[in-house]
Amino acid sequence: MKYIGDRKFVGLKNYIKVFQRDDCFDALKLSLYYMLGSVVQLSLALYLATILSFKVKGGNIFKGFMFFPFLINGIAIGFIFKFFYTRGFVFDTVLQWCGFKLDNLPYWLRDQSINNFSLVGTSVWRYFGQNMVLFIGAIMSVDSELYEAAMLDGANKFQQFKYIIVPSIKTIITLNVILSITGSLSAFEPPYVITSGANGTGTYFVVMHEIAHTQQKVGLASAMAIVLLLIIFIVTIFQKLFFKYVFKNSEDEDPRAEVRRQRAIKRSIKRQQRLSAAGGK
Amino acid sequence: MDVLDKIGKVVFTFVKYLSLVFFSFCAVLPVVSCVITAFKTDEEYHTTNVMTMPKSWLYFDNFIRAFKQAGMARAFANSLIILVCVLFFSVMIGTQLAYVLNRFKFFGNTIIRALFLFATQLPGVAMQIAVYEIMYKLGFINSLMGYIIMMCGTDIISIYIYIQFFENISYSLDESAIIDGASYFTIFYKILFPLLKPAIVTSCILKGVGTYNEYYCASLYLQDKTKYATVATSLYTFVGPLGSEYNLICAGVIISLLPAFLVFVLCQKQIYSGLTVGAVKG
Repeated sequence: MKYIGDRKFVGLKNYIKVFQRDDCFDALKLSLYYMLGSVVQLSLALYLATILSFKVKGGNIFKGFMFFPFLINGIAIGFIFKFFYTRGFVFDTVLQWCGFKLDNLPYWLRDQSINNFSLVGTSVWRYFGQNMVLFIGAIMSVDSELYEAAMLDGANKFQQFKYIIVPSIKTIITLNVILSITGSLSAFEPPYVITSGANGTGTYFVVMHEIAHTQQKVGLASAMAIVLLLIIFIVTIFQKLFFKYVFKNSEDEDPRAEVRRQRAIKRSIKRQQRLSAAGGK
Repeated sequence: MDVLDKIGKVVFTFVKYLSLVFFSFCAVLPVVSCVITAFKTDEEYHTTNVMTMPKSWLYFDNFIRAFKQAGMARAFANSLIILVCVLFFSVMIGTQLAYVLNRFKFFGNTIIRALFLFATQLPGVAMQIAVYEIMYKLGFINSLMGYIIMMCGTDIISIYIYIQFFENISYSLDESAIIDGASYFTIFYKILFPLLKPAIVTSCILKGVGTYNEYYCASLYLQDKTKYATVATSLYTFVGPLGSEYNLICAGVIISLLPAFLVFVLCQKQIYSGLTVGAVKG
């Protein structure tokens, strides 16, 4: 692989070409699958992190099992999942145990209606453990007195989750949502190592890699990179504004809630006074 | 109420363990199926279902064959060289940089930190197009040294780990050393560097696993796949002619996993804490 030829200034030609070529922006649509995957991944990680942060027998072993995929190198993952999804192999066998018939199952990596989901699945498999460890770390830093107080007030586990855990680790959840959405725009590894972008699984970066290093159109590929970077920055800024707006609203609610609580207290005091007055008679 | 409470608790415990077991199963299944297949003879592999257990758990032929075929001896040697150099230099560069950023106030301090944060946002694959050209001009394609130099590049997460650690080391140590006449270099190497040890261990484990697993740049820059293969890229040998000999491929995959697995079993705590620190700060 070599870069041949002299440099020539072409102005904005490469940038225009990015928008004219069909393959570039079609590939960007695949990011939607990965966004969906990251929603699944983050909620799964949050759910498991919450469970593991309560008392669980063998919690460390479960945590280890779920985290280990993160430490496997990309190529090994490629082989593992080519093997996993092959017709009649691991995944099909497990589904057959659950009562599915082999004839009704699709070809996981060849069928265009399903192969992107299969790839997204591998990405969820690889990263949910890591997100889980992050969330556990954040949950552990929550003051344990809060749980005790909540228990005394009779809050159940779900209420503890909703009113203590989620507000305390809001920042890290936000951070992970932002990271995973920009991450899904730049999804690369699963299609690159498992299908090499065949059968309509080539994401934007896979197409870009192909253009840069196989077709050697470096200028065009660089333009693609810059365009995607701009898109990522715009999306990130929008998300930051969005989260600011959402959190501001929830803070606005707080004073009103305080007022309501005060009113409730006053009412109950009055009621008690009335009752005691009635008892006095 | 009591009965309801108890039922609720039992259901909660049940759901808790059920989901843990289920998702652990999902996480482990692909790897376990590989382990099972790696122990099968060719004949066994072709005749039995992938999920049936192998006849003998002591059949290591696949591992030996895979090791030889992929030239893994060479690959492990290369990976070891890369790992040692990269860890040494990135610890040196990283700790010194963190020392400067944490202990000195100067024009550009915040700019450097902001640039680091900016750099974390850039997706690596996109950058490699530009980096490739630089590497090409420098003659670093197909050179172990070039690859090592590129991988030594500042690793933001470990720098954040160091900076956070420096924040917890009291300034009075520096001050008393300065009063005793120590130079900045002596302060750094004699006093602060030894105190940084836990942070260095953590970041070395993270960076080490990352470097060991790195394959994209390795396949891009180390194109001579026999001479300069790393453990990760040596697996590429199995792509072509052995397309469906999965018992062999699985054995290769398992061999390449073993070092990461060992590190994981031995240093779980550091990995978890390192990840959390890096992410919260970054």
